Amino acid sequence: MARVTAGVTSSHIPLIGRVIDTGETSTPYWKPVFEGYEFTKAWLASEKPDVIFLVYNDHASAFDMRMIPTFAIGCAERFNPADEGYGPRPVPVIEGAPDLAWHVAQSVIQQDFDLTIINEMDLDHGLTVPLSLMFGQPEAWPCKIIPFAVNVVVYPVPNGRRCYKLGQAIRNAISSFDEDLNVQVWGTGGMSHQIQGKRAGLINKEWDKAFMDRLADSPDELAEIEHVEYIREAGAEGIELVMWLIMRGALGEHARELYRHYHVPASNTAVGHMVLEACD
Amino acid sequence: MALDKPYADVPGTTVFDADMARKGYHLNQFCMSLMKAANRDRFHADERAYVDEWPMNEDQKQAVLDRDYLRMIELGGNIYFLSKIFASDGKTFVHAAAQMTGMPEDEYKQMMLDGGRSPDGNRYIGEK
Repeated sequence: MARVTAGVTSSHIPLIGRVIDTGETSTPYWKPVFEGYEFTKAWLASEKPDVIFLVYNDHASAFDMRMIPTFAIGCAERFNPADEGYGPRPVPVIEGAPDLAWHVAQSVIQQDFDLTIINEMDLDHGLTVPLSLMFGQPEAWPCKIIPFAVNVVVYPVPNGRRCYKLGQAIRNAISSFDEDLNVQVWGTGGMSHQIQGKRAGLINKEWDKAFMDRLADSPDELAEIEHVEYIREAGAEGIELVMWLIMRGALGEHARELYRHYHVPASNTAVGHMVLEACD
Repeated sequence: MALDKPYADVPGTTVFDADMARKGYHLNQFCMSLMKAANRDRFHADERAYVDEWPMNEDQKQAVLDRDYLRMIELGGNIYFLSKIFASDGKTFVHAAAQMTGMPEDEYKQMMLDGGRSPDGNRYIGEK
């Protein structure tokens, strides 16, 4: 059977993609950001996941105001990197895992979450930047990827509790797939940041740290955080952290923190990155 | 019954909710058109003529021509959509964010290097 073995969280700042693509990762500004991913690169090389179920949000690339799915699962055989207005990133095509993706879609919809099934979409920095941070610049990505897009751009966005429960439903779905697969679930976005309005530039280190402290052992508490607290404490764009709760839900009841990295700033954002192991 | 907006008392922040989405629909879809290189070229060749092709109101059009991002947000623009405008100008999120705060870009960058804007005093309108 397929197993969810571990979870990874990471910010997905677009400028990080540009810095990787232009080979500027060792400048004094960027070095501390990238050094924080060295542990995970080595860990992934030994873990060798078969599939990554990658929870991210689209930033007005594949979806615009014509169509705003709350939760969308990519079931295609492959996906291209998006042209976000300055040409697509020079990264490999993303190979999907359509059999597992369709299985998850059917199972999760039967568990009362209305997913939108997508067979054609381009993937923006929300998905490709975490891949680059974790795998560097390979000729091809070393595993299959199921893109799972969450609307955190246009309110109302799904709340933390619903995201956490959705993660649990995703775990049930993956665990009932008949192939022997090592599956990781990644949750991207965050941490505190605000990129609009007079309050732009807000960073809340204490709040971010408390969020990380509770992710492994007290996800129920994190799931109770209301939208307005994210906005007030973690900035208007801090709401992306609900995607970390989908990852956490998918790990099952017990999880163990293997690693964390936190750095301010990258562009406008507090970079947060964690690795958790599923222990059930 | 009006929608509950518990975020209305967060200072310096416009949450892109249903009302803003309704208000900014054409402005945001204009932004999306700049994802195509041919449209970017036409926009930069004659900005006034290009914005006139869109059913935006005059305030929205003028805010685009002025690159007044704070005003565009007030008029229903969503920052991720507005990013298509500054990307087409070769500018970054930091440039737009700094402009919205009213700080010179280098001062804003230094604030971020120093740990960012503190939440203290910035959680509620009128907070001391």
